[in-house]
Formats: sequence, C-alpha cells, structure tokens
Amino acid sequence: MSSVAERVETDTSPSEETVLVRPTSGWVFVDFKELWRYRELFYFLAWRDIKVRYKQTVLGAAWAVLQPVITMIIFSIFFGRLAKIPSDGVPYPIFAYTALIPWTFFAFALTNSSNSLVGGASLITKVYFPRLAIPVSSVIAGLLDFGIAFIVLIGMMLFYGIYPTPAVIALPFFVLLTLVTVLGIGLWLSALNVEYRDIRYTVPFLTQVWMFATPIAYPSSMVPEQWRIVYGLNPMAGVVEGFRWALLGVADPSGPMLAVSTTVAVLMLVSGMFYFRRMERKFADII
Amino acid sequence: MSDVVIRAEGLGKQYRIGERQAQYETIRDVLSNAASAVFRQSQNGNKPDETFWALKDVSFEVKRGEVLGVIGRNGAGKSTLLKVLTRITEPTEGYAEIRGRVGSLLEIGTGFHPELTGRDNIYLSGAIMGMKRAEIIRKFDDIIEFAGIERFIDTPVKRYSSGMYTRLAFAVAAHLEPEILLVDEVLAVGDAAFQRKCLGKMSEIAGEGRTVLFVSHNMAAISELCRECMVLESGAVLLIANTDEAILTYLSTDGEVAIDSSIMERQIDHDGSVDFTQALVLDSSGNATRNIHFGEPITIAISFRVNRPLNAVRIGFEIATVTGLAIASSHYPVEEPTYMNYEPGHYTLRAEVEHFLRAGRYVVRVGGHHANAARNGASIGRVMDAAIFDIIPISFESARLAQYENGLIAMFPRWQLLQKAGETLSTSRREQP
Repeated sequence: MSSVAERVETDTSPSEETVLVRPTSGWVFVDFKELWRYRELFYFLAWRDIKVRYKQTVLGAAWAVLQPVITMIIFSIFFGRLAKIPSDGVPYPIFAYTALIPWTFFAFALTNSSNSLVGGASLITKVYFPRLAIPVSSVIAGLLDFGIAFIVLIGMMLFYGIYPTPAVIALPFFVLLTLVTVLGIGLWLSALNVEYRDIRYTVPFLTQVWMFATPIAYPSSMVPEQWRIVYGLNPMAGVVEGFRWALLGVADPSGPMLAVSTTVAVLMLVSGMFYFRRMERKFADII
Repeated sequence: MSDVVIRAEGLGKQYRIGERQAQYETIRDVLSNAASAVFRQSQNGNKPDETFWALKDVSFEVKRGEVLGVIGRNGAGKSTLLKVLTRITEPTEGYAEIRGRVGSLLEIGTGFHPELTGRDNIYLSGAIMGMKRAEIIRKFDDIIEFAGIERFIDTPVKRYSSGMYTRLAFAVAAHLEPEILLVDEVLAVGDAAFQRKCLGKMSEIAGEGRTVLFVSHNMAAISELCRECMVLESGAVLLIANTDEAILTYLSTDGEVAIDSSIMERQIDHDGSVDFTQALVLDSSGNATRNIHFGEPITIAISFRVNRPLNAVRIGFEIATVTGLAIASSHYPVEEPTYMNYEPGHYTLRAEVEHFLRAGRYVVRVGGHHANAARNGASIGRVMDAAIFDIIPISFESARLAQYENGLIAMFPRWQLLQKAGETLSTSRREQP
C-alpha cells in the first residue's frame, strides 16, 4: 500500500494544480497563461481544419489559388478593361490580385470563424478547453491558403517585372493587421452566432458589402481626400492599401487613415475578447 | 493519503425552462420579446422566467485514490454535476475545488472527425481531451493495440464499423492519464466483450490510486468499481454511503412504479365479460416495483372485474421479452379442474414465481380464456403490455453470468470435472443467484 502511495505522490506532484469551479460574473479578460498551456490544441484544431478542407475534392489545394485568381480575371475584364478604373500606375491584374490576397483570407477566415463555435457544438458540450481555441484556430487554418496564394503573387510580380521596394519590410505589419481585424470581428460574430443564429445568414452578405467598401477593385485615391479618415474606419482599407504599398511600391498609404484602421482593428479585437469571454459561460447551455 | 482532491460546497445549477428546448433565439425573437415586454409591464401578467434547479445544494468530498459512484434516475442531475465539475458549464451557485489534473470522459469519440483517418483522430481526440503531443506519440502503439484496429489505422473513420469506431474511441480515452477522472456512462456502448474490456480498464485505473467519479446506470459496474456511492435525486444528494446501501436506496427511490389504470383501455380480444384493471409486479416484501433483484422471486398481482357470471375460464399471465418473445406462462388454477367459475365482482390473483430470468427487461401480459369444450381457448380478454419490470444484476456474479452466458434464462448448474479414472478433480459450488 505504501509503495502505491509513494508512486502516486511522485506522479502527481509536478502538476499539483487547483481548479476552482465557481460562478463568475462581469467582464473578464483572456487568460493567456491558460491559452499557453493549451497551445498544442490550437495547432491540432487548425491542422484538422486544413486536413479536412480539401478531402474528397479533385482540385485540392488548387482551390486556394483558383478563388483569388478567377476573381482577379473577372475584375480585370469588367473593372480594368471595360470600366477603365485606374490602378495607381501598375497593371490592373496585379493591382487587383495584391488586394485580393489579404481580402480572400479575410473573407474566408471571417466566415469560418463566425460559424466555428456552432460547428463545434459537440465539443463544447462534452469537454472543457479554452473556447477561444475554436475561432482562433479556424483563422489560423486560413493562413495556409493565404501562403499558397501569395506564391502566385510572387510569380506575377516576376512576370510583370515589378520588384518590391524597401517598404516590403512593413509587410509583416499588414499581415498582422489583417489577423487582428479578422480575429476581432470573428470573435464577435462567433459568440453572437451561438445565441443568435441570424449571424450565419448575415455573414455572406456582410462580406459582400464589405468588399465594395474596401479598395480592392479600385484605388483608395478615388475616395475624396477629406473622406479618407472615415474610410479608414474600415480596417481592411488600411490593410489593402498597405499591401499594395509594401509589395508594389505604389501610393504611400495616408498616415492618418492607417492610424484609424489600426486603432479600429485593435479596439475590435480587445472588445471581441471581452465579449467572447463574457458569453463563453453560456455557450454550453444554449448552443 | 487522505487528502481531499474534490470538494464541492453547495453546488447548484439553474436552467431557465424552455432554454434547453428553444436552445437559441433569433434577433427577431429578442425584438418581439422586448416589444411585448413593454405591453406586459403595463398589464399585470409580468411573470418572471420559469426556472428549475438541475442541481441544488450538492456538497461532497472525494479523497485521493477514492472511486465514487454517482447513481440516480434520469434527470436526477448526474450529468449536470459532471458538466459543472469538468467546467463545461458554470454552476449558478456554490463552488468546487479540484486538486490535480482532471480528465473527463462524458462521451467517447469526443472530437473525432469522420473524414480523418484513425491515426489522425487519435492525435486530434487526444489533444482535445488534454493530452500532450509527446504523450500521444508515446502511447500511440498501445492505443492501436487496445483498439485492435492496426489494419485500418490509415482508413477514414467514417468507413469504420460502429464497433471499430467505439473501440478506437474508448482506447484513446482509456489512455488519458489524469489524476482525477470523471466518467459518464461510457460503458453503455459496445458488445459484452468490449464492455468487459472497458470495465477492466476502469478498474485498472482505479487500482492505480487515481481518483475517479463514475456515473452509471449499470449497477454491476458500479458495485465492482466503487466502494462508495452518491445517490442523486431531483438534483439533490439523497445519500452518500457504501455501494450496497446506496444501490438499495437508489432502487427504492423508483418513482415510476407501474401502477397503470389505463391497462383497461389496452385490452384486446375482449368479450366484455371481464375487465383487467391492474397488473402489478411485487418484490419479495410485497411492494410494487419495477426492479427485481436477480434471483429474487417475483409476485405478479392481477386485478380484474367480472361483469357477468363466467363459467369455466382460466386467468393468468405470461412473461415475455421486450422483443415480444414469450418465455413462460401460467394460468389459474393449475390443479384439476383447471378452470374456475366467477360470480360478478372484483378479484385479485397473486402468483409468487420462482424463476430463472436473466438480468434484463421483461413484459408481463395478462389474459384469460375459456376452458370448456365448446369454446376451448377462446379469449375473454388480454392485455399484451400490462406491466414491465427489470431484473437488476445486483451482485457482480449475476452480471458476469449475464455477460458470459447465452440464452433466455439463467441456470445454476453444479459442475463436476472428471478424469478417466472417475476421480473427481473439482466440484464447483452451485452458483448462487
């Protein structure tokens, strides 16, 4: 008996953690220490999403490229050729494609993350883990497609003979800004979707409207100067202009507009985290 | 060694009635409720949301290395308790303190994705249940071996048979190594051999000095694994005691005794001369019940009203399986002459039955027929599902019998093993029910 006791003691001593289960109330912020402990789960959930996504498809990962490329072709024909929309002095196809890369990622990650909790209902009602892992990993899973689409852009740049300026070092910042934006909105929508299933029907419409409010098919220089700051309230406007500036070296993004975009994105993320944590307690009961 | 690892203090969980059914609302509902709330306030019908307590004032302690069973009727709050302790849902009041790494097993196959292969699902499900990647890699071969699916490890689990799926799912769960394990009813799946394997694994875990909270309807499993049990009723703790006492309490809290006056409406082949009014199953102390311990005699009580003088009839019952297979029947009277004459009035027939029924659920049919030459066998009325009862395997022996042996009934043979010389090598005791 004593030997068993000893073994148990040595077994348990390293993880002598105490969990207090009690009602909580009010606003709480994200428990980053706990997220860190569950970091492998983020990886596995994202890995699952990626593995499952193109199962039983003929074209597989080619879909990651086809969507932005086909959109680019359509935009080039209708907006570039027919409507003759200016493209800041670079060929219209690459002008559009550079914007479509972050946009496709954004739209895809937004749709997936907002439906992620409802889709993961069977997990939420059966096992505990930080619920943030579900929407966050569905956003992370979108990064692979983003990377694949990016390779095509490099090919296009070589084809058109456009080489990045030193501004390219700012690119990681704009990628990060995209992530912050999509996470912020995604957290809000996924948590809202648990309680109000209207969200599911709103998101496709929302992304469509949002695309036209973002300078993808047209340059933001078409927006009158005095409205730029208001335009920056859409963080994706800052992202898209930033991508073009960093990669194609066209049109410096206007500083105030970028500042507004960044502020809005960060506010969305922080408020999204608070809202998510507040709603989290009810998820298992109402999902 | 005697330190407390789970301490629950006044735990309560309140649900809004309708919340579970309605599940989620649309924004339109919110708007229309808000609108109607304005009107309601002006009238007097401003009644608050109806609520109920799925758990109320639940306090208990579990010491390190203890295996506590949790039993109770459906809706007694067992699953809610586990959901609160595993932090899936928050309690409404009270608190619980849990010391040590918690693993929970509320269903098997949590996190399985049908499109992924067995190999992928082991990683995925393991990670979701809280295993580290390195830990999964280390146990990978054991898991496959336990599940016995080596050949199909790279096949998507959607192509697995349900047995394979269950085995794999349990294998992953069984290799969690938490200090505290919270388990819900997972043994209720799979075939008998697999259930044995699960039970074996569970007692292995318990034997390793881990703390286990085990929720089950399977009294045999409970009595094998747990020395102590908590009985829940309507969300409250009814009793925490040693397992035998707890099981007896649980069985006696049976709320759904089959006193069923509507059996008159279910009569068939009915000529109006007699109405069956009640059929009861009684235990050995004469109480109406649905649960009979394995091996204990059953008493069947049939009440009926004779509406007009009846000559030469036999009235009795038949015991059948729930699938409708008749096992045995008996009619009164059994001695010559094997029929009775009844004057109008109320009667009750009671039959105490020694039986060899195995653990399981049975149906009692009641009925009567003519015994005279002219109308021999013609029915005077029957009720095909007059009462239902369960034979409960209260001892572990009876459960083992139920799992290892085949057939409709149990036997208690006295076995002998003889060698050529005729010398008796061993004699088994007659297995006692």
